[in-house]
Amino acid sequence: MIQRRELLVATAGGATAALAGCTGDDGGENAEILDETLTLTTTTSTYDTGLLDEVNAAFEKRYGVDVEAVAQGTGAALETGRAGDSDVVMVHARSLEDEFTREGYGVNRRDLMFNDFVVVGPEDDPAGIDGMDEVTEAFQAIADAEATFVSRGDNSGTHAKELAIWDEAGVEPGGEWYRETGSGMGEVLNQATQTPAYTLADRGTYLSQRSELDVSIRVEGPIEGGPELLANPYGIVAVNPGVHEDVNYDLAMSYIGFLTSRRGQGIIEEYTVEGEQLFFPEAVSEEPNFQQYVPEEWTSDEG
Amino acid sequence: MIETVSATATVADGFTPLLVDFPFERNYVESIIRVSLYVSLTAVLISTLVSLPVAMLVGFSEFPGKGFVVALINTGMGFPSVVVGLVVLFAVSNQGPLGTFDLVFTKEAMIISQFVLATPVITGVSLAAVTSVEEGVRDAAYAMGGTRVDVALVTIKEARYGIVTGVLAGLGRAISEVGSVLIVGGNIAGADGTSVTRTLTTAIQLEARQGRFELALILGAVLLALVLLINAIVLRLGGGRV
Repeated sequence: MIQRRELLVATAGGATAALAGCTGDDGGENAEILDETLTLTTTTSTYDTGLLDEVNAAFEKRYGVDVEAVAQGTGAALETGRAGDSDVVMVHARSLEDEFTREGYGVNRRDLMFNDFVVVGPEDDPAGIDGMDEVTEAFQAIADAEATFVSRGDNSGTHAKELAIWDEAGVEPGGEWYRETGSGMGEVLNQATQTPAYTLADRGTYLSQRSELDVSIRVEGPIEGGPELLANPYGIVAVNPGVHEDVNYDLAMSYIGFLTSRRGQGIIEEYTVEGEQLFFPEAVSEEPNFQQYVPEEWTSDEG
Repeated sequence: MIETVSATATVADGFTPLLVDFPFERNYVESIIRVSLYVSLTAVLISTLVSLPVAMLVGFSEFPGKGFVVALINTGMGFPSVVVGLVVLFAVSNQGPLGTFDLVFTKEAMIISQFVLATPVITGVSLAAVTSVEEGVRDAAYAMGGTRVDVALVTIKEARYGIVTGVLAGLGRAISEVGSVLIVGGNIAGADGTSVTRTLTTAIQLEARQGRFELALILGAVLLALVLLINAIVLRLGGGRV
């Protein structure tokens, strides 16, 4: 196994050298990578907040390639990667990302950025959860009051987080007050306004749509001192070229490299909507962070 | 001729005040319209080329199971577009039978799915139109020494208004559906706001998802105006008798 890895490294090194030679001869202008297309599947939250347009424009300018971003929701984005129909996946559900890499579909996962989730609800706050410190208590209160709660119900990262919180709170959600919609974050926030109802939202989407909404934050996430359970970390992972030989792996790694570089992280840091920062970069650090490359709780014993 | 010019001018006038405080980048909307038209018109063109011979064939021949074929065509008019989208996605996906062509998230995949949606509509309506051409007309064409092709052409000429209605219905089905193009096309627009696979319908869906209902409605009005324009052009070409 080790020998094979060394061989791969050697081959990759040779290829890089050869490629470097080529581009050198062409003066860089006819470089092969120009005009290629990178397909990114991602969540609606990165797309709807407008962040992707910002970073992709910078990446396209630097590399002379097109990024085609398909906003799908975490579950579907990973599924598209599994089928080999995308080159790189940017999502926010660590457990699903880990499954993806464990199954061999994804390689070279990196922590990218984070924001947090917030519980939003109507002005009259029928469950009385405003300002609670623990989101599990808030969810229990919503269930006890049978106050209407709109769930994404779409196997997205936000949905996965919501289910984890219900689980943690020891509540089995169901009944008339619990509505699974199977819709994107924006649609669910609209429904929460129209109904009115509580819901769990990522702060980015909530802030970017706040002017259209009548619901406000009832329980804050960790960015504003709320519980750690509401943290919302985004990861980025390339589709394994060993499983799908057609994927554009080198461009995917360039994209991951760009986004996790100081420049890419700077764009994320500076991106604001209505004066508020939506995403907090976390890829550049002096400290080693081995956990980002492997599934959580992975040990070397697993091979 | 003069009428055509003034009609164009009116359309331009109608759009100019809209563009002044139009809440979208011009390039964004124009590229979306281009993609919508390219995908739907191409799909309908191919559909028509396939539908007409099928309608003629089924309409003019008697064979066992003809009733079943007609029922199948009519059922096809009601295919849910989401299901068509899923089936096409499986076909063009990397793992699917057409995987080698790299069609997923492309306009070509969208054309395939709209073709599947529009063909039964055009075939069904054309079939009804050609079968309603009086037998006498066909017999006369034969009697005057026409070949099978001549007879077919005479029949198409007689049934042309019905066929045009079928083509317009197919186009209406294609350009207004959102389910399949969203799945196989991926609703992609470049970072510079140029549409790659974003159509008017998927753009409307995107705005609605983000709660920007006014913007969604404006795009809806653009779609409606576009379909109206196409219908007007086709009606004019057809002599206004449809």
